Amino acid sequence: MKLENKSRIAVFVLSCIVWFLITLNFSLASIVAGIILSAVTAIFAGEILIITERKFHLGRVFYTIGYIIKLFWEMLKANFHVAYIVVHPKLPVKPGIVRVKTKLTRDSALTMLANSITLTPGTLTVDINKDEKILYVHWIYVKSQDIKVSTEEIGSRFEKILEVVFE
Amino acid sequence: MHSLAFNQIIGYVIICFGILFDFFGVLGLLRLPDVYNRLQAATKCVTFGSAGILIGVFIYSGFTPTGFKAILCTVFILLTSPVSAHAIAKAAHNSGIEMAEETIVDHYLEDMNNEPTEDK
Repeated sequence: MKLENKSRIAVFVLSCIVWFLITLNFSLASIVAGIILSAVTAIFAGEILIITERKFHLGRVFYTIGYIIKLFWEMLKANFHVAYIVVHPKLPVKPGIVRVKTKLTRDSALTMLANSITLTPGTLTVDINKDEKILYVHWIYVKSQDIKVSTEEIGSRFEKILEVVFE
Repeated sequence: MHSLAFNQIIGYVIICFGILFDFFGVLGLLRLPDVYNRLQAATKCVTFGSAGILIGVFIYSGFTPTGFKAILCTVFILLTSPVSAHAIAKAAHNSGIEMAEETIVDHYLEDMNNEPTEDK
C-alpha cells in the first residue's frame, strides 16, 4: 500500500475517534455524519500525518508511555521552579538565549523535542537550525553559557527516550 | 446533606491546584520583565494550570461526555500551546524586540549576525 493512503487511513481513524469522543452519540445520523466528515478530512489533509515508513514494534509503545510520565514529572518540577521565581520578591531571573545541540534527525522527533522543551517551564524553544542540529532555547535562569552544559541540562533528559520512539 | 463521592473530592483538589498554577502564571505575566520571560510564565504555568483544571473536571465527572471532552481539550492544549509560544517568541525576536536588561547572553542574535544571508 502506498504511504499516502496509509497516512489517510490513520487520519480517518483518528478523526473518527475524536468525533465519537466529542459527541458520544451513537445514533445513525451522528455515525454517518462522523464518517463523512472524517473521510473528507482524510482525503484533503490526510497525506501529511505519516511521511516516512517505520516498522512497528511493541517497545515503542512502552517508551511512549514512559515518555509521557517523564514529561509530566519534568513539567511538575519545573512549574514549582517558575512559581518560586514569580513569587520571590526580588525576581531572581537571569534570562538568555542559549544553544542546545541535538542528535535527533527526523522532523517529528525534533518537533517533539522542541515542544517538550517549551512545555517544561523555564525553557522556551525560539528556533531550530536543522542543518547544524542546534536549537535556540530561551532559558529563564541561565546556569552556564557553555553549549555542553546547556545540552546536558535541557536537551538530554528527553533525547534518549525520543531517540527510541522516533528514530 | 449532600455528600461528595471520593472521586469528586480528588477532582476538586486537582481543580484547586490548577487554579493555583493559573494564578502563578498571571502573576508572572505581570511581574516578569520582557516579552520572552512573560511568555515563559504565560504559556507554561497557564498550560499546566488549565490542563490541571480540565483533568480535575475529568476526574470529577468520570466517563461521561463532559469528562471525555475535558480529556480531549487537555490533549489539544498540550499540543498547541508550545507551538504558539514558539511562534510568538520567534516573531518577537525577528522583529527586533529588545530583551530585558537582565539578559546575559543571546546566542541566537550572534548566530543570525554571523550569517546575514540566512533567510527562512
